[in-house]
Amino acid sequence: MSGATEQGAESFERAIERDQRIEPRDWMPDAYRGTMVRQIAQHAHSEIIGMQPEGAWITRAPSLRRKAILLAKVQDEAGHGLYLYSAAETLGADRADLTDKLISGRQKYSSIFNYPTLTFADVGVIGWLVDGAAICNQVPLCRTSYGPYARAMIRICKEESFHQRQGYELLMTMMRGTPEQREMVQDAVDRWWWPSLMMFGPPDAESANTAQSMAWKIKRHTNDELRQRFVDMTVPQAEALGVRLPDPELRWNPERGHHDFGEVDWAEFRRVVGGGGPCNAERIAVRRAAHEEGAWVREAAAAYAAKQAARRDAEQGREGEAA
Amino acid sequence: MIAGDWPLWEVFVRGKRGLNHVHAGSVRAADAEMALRNARDLYTRRNEGVSIWVVEAARITASSPEEKDPFFAPSGDKIYRHPTFYDIPDDVPHI
Ligand SMILES: [Fe+2]
Ligand SMILES: [Fe+2]
Repeated sequence: MSGATEQGAESFERAIERDQRIEPRDWMPDAYRGTMVRQIAQHAHSEIIGMQPEGAWITRAPSLRRKAILLAKVQDEAGHGLYLYSAAETLGADRADLTDKLISGRQKYSSIFNYPTLTFADVGVIGWLVDGAAICNQVPLCRTSYGPYARAMIRICKEESFHQRQGYELLMTMMRGTPEQREMVQDAVDRWWWPSLMMFGPPDAESANTAQSMAWKIKRHTNDELRQRFVDMTVPQAEALGVRLPDPELRWNPERGHHDFGEVDWAEFRRVVGGGGPCNAERIAVRRAAHEEGAWVREAAAAYAAKQAARRDAEQGREGEAA
Repeated sequence: MIAGDWPLWEVFVRGKRGLNHVHAGSVRAADAEMALRNARDLYTRRNEGVSIWVVEAARITASSPEEKDPFFAPSGDKIYRHPTFYDIPDDVPHI
């Protein structure tokens, strides 16, 4: 180790220990940088792919009010993706390269977005459960050790609260409606509950990266801790809504002070992460098509910018001669 | 050509009148005009700003973290620049 590296390593360790943030130009271990780029990119991709399941309902929203809300929500998710790509770029990652890795299947996104949205109730349930689970994951990330990531998360968390509330309100409205509408809500809850629990990742015993991520203070809580927190938060919300969570083992455990709940189907989780979910191929195909069909716009904008710059240079040159 | 050929722009937002512009993040854009519009759509969707600056990231000169200590050392030993350096009796008012 060279003197400069040694010094860098020391101040990195000290910053982590003192709960200070690591900033872009600080020295950091290669493995920390690699982990950070991978996690931020995967998170960004999830926001971007996450626009699709709900985006599918924008044209079919049942009212102008719901359409405006859904548009704003989906636009926020695009924004979240961009905040995060921006954070990844501070680590030396290249945005275009990350997009390329996403559409060629070399980087992953959250498995939750590989499930279809069958009815409009799914829009409500996604806001309530999927954004709700995302909030549980993201709130502790506001204190994650990498500065730009933490700052992006603060911004994102502020916006997520609207996402969850609009979803819950939509469901409350449907639950006050016809028996068919109430059935739609229950059906959507039945389909999304278990995939939502999978959003926290594999159980602690099988999560290889957790220990290192906790030591670097990237993560503040384990997957199982966050999953438990989500279940405890959601149960009373389900009661207030009047829906049943599809888990016969779900019950309050007064000794633990938490809800007990059934085992997630981890074989399904691995299958969906591995590409075998109902919508994996479609999600990537849609993202790829959007990227390729937008190529001419990016080219035209670059050509226009080059032309304007050349014209400006020529004018400045002329002024220079005159003076 | 891919979007990677668009330069990176750092974005600074003034939250409201009377405050400084504060760094918000970055955008990719072909030119300054587009960077401003993208920054508006990205960083001020909820009235977070009344003014935006964009500057090409490549044009920023920054102090280097490695020489952080020597670079900022000149101000370290000048404690007489702080008001607490001066002992004034407690019964002297308004100072
Ligand atoms: Fe989001
Ligand atoms: Fe969201």
